[in-house]
Amino acid sequence: MTDTQQVGAARPYPFSAPDRLNLDPLYARLRQEEPVVRVRLPFGEEAWLATRYQDVKVVLGDPRFSRAASVGRDEPRTTPQQIGNGILAMDPPDHSRLRRLVAKAFTARRVEQLRPATTAIANELIDGMTEIGPPADLVEHFATPLPVRVICRLLGVPHTDQHLFRIWSEAIVSTTSLRPEQIQEYMGNLHAYMAGLIAQRRETPTDDLIGALVQARDEDNDRLTEQEMVELAAGLLAAGHETTVTQIPNFVYALMTNPSQLALLKAQPELVPSAVEELLRYVPLGAASAFARYATEDLDLGEVRIHAGEPVIGSLSSANRDESVFEDPDRLDLARGVNPHIGFGHGVHHCVGAQLARLELQVALGTLLARLPELRLAVDEKELPWKSGLLVRGLRAMPVTW
Amino acid sequence: MTTWRLEVDRHLCIGSGICAGTAPTLFALADGVSSPLVPAISPDQAAIDAADSCPVEAITVRDAADDHLIAPEQ
Repeated sequence: MTDTQQVGAARPYPFSAPDRLNLDPLYARLRQEEPVVRVRLPFGEEAWLATRYQDVKVVLGDPRFSRAASVGRDEPRTTPQQIGNGILAMDPPDHSRLRRLVAKAFTARRVEQLRPATTAIANELIDGMTEIGPPADLVEHFATPLPVRVICRLLGVPHTDQHLFRIWSEAIVSTTSLRPEQIQEYMGNLHAYMAGLIAQRRETPTDDLIGALVQARDEDNDRLTEQEMVELAAGLLAAGHETTVTQIPNFVYALMTNPSQLALLKAQPELVPSAVEELLRYVPLGAASAFARYATEDLDLGEVRIHAGEPVIGSLSSANRDESVFEDPDRLDLARGVNPHIGFGHGVHHCVGAQLARLELQVALGTLLARLPELRLAVDEKELPWKSGLLVRGLRAMPVTW
Repeated sequence: MTTWRLEVDRHLCIGSGICAGTAPTLFALADGVSSPLVPAISPDQAAIDAADSCPVEAITVRDAADDHLIAPEQ
């Protein structure tokens, strides 16, 4: 210990308020000096935080760590109230029963079929930008509507209703941006809205994902309960709003602040898939890590003994900067060869929408750079408004010109 | 007695770790890529869960007798 902190004393976590896309340098120091450390989140019990790549993968991937065991515990968290996490608070085989039902709609093969439609939407949105601008707001006019239209199409949600559920979706990533009772209210609205769509499909079956869930439930009641179905569908809709929507501007920002990498990508557009993987590694989407896993037996994590019943949080952002896995980890290197990042997590809760997110991010970057090669910020970088009070880092607006 | 055959296409595998978490007695990751721990098993729902949950459909479960595909669901 070269730090003044006492061994065993829990550090307040998150370590600092998020600063744009910069990762707190304390993670790098902890990976070297104290890779598994005690932390205290704003709410809930104390936890361990793992910062090294291999340790984080164990926490997320090893079945001796459980999410189901979080139920009934005072889970370490950034929100005052404890929200039921549905599928995120389950272990196999319960988790598998639900996961299977939605996973098949998000396989690489099924998602690839959405590429032409996604590209058409991207082009249509850029047509819209060039009609009203320059300038235009990349968040409002491109990054938000693109993933929203795609997830709506996949689920079978009318995107003309998006003025409704767009606001409610914030509830799943809010820490302090919404009041606790607002979070409850918005979640309730989202569930009620989804229950309405499910009722419609009982009248008139559809071949979208909500239709498939309804069919799976009505054929065999053991496959999922009504409440699980509503929560799953609402969760997918909300997740489709708060992730790729946020990452598109984050990625464009990361490229603009690394001009040589942006130039490389423009010169070699075939690097787009590799660039997306590197940006998934490099951009710390999470403002803080959460979703602690509870040890179900005593075990060693690195040199630290974890006792049965103790919660452990794995930091994806820190793992993705681990110098023992990634050479020169703080450098954005779009041509990086092997890139086993865990930006989508690891283990059974690995992001179900990962392949869809990859497709959307590839199409978004590829189409933007091809159509608007002179794309740049329309304001000073220091004036960009960053969101706060959320689980994710992102821009509220991104004025751009071309 | 029915026997199932497990296979992982190592070229498709992206190392998500979903199968190793879903069916830890059947799959494990080595160097970031999954492979079956045993080539043949008695019928086991966890094998179907793993194959159906794989995001790149790298896992196949077949009936060892006639090669009939049991999972993933097409």
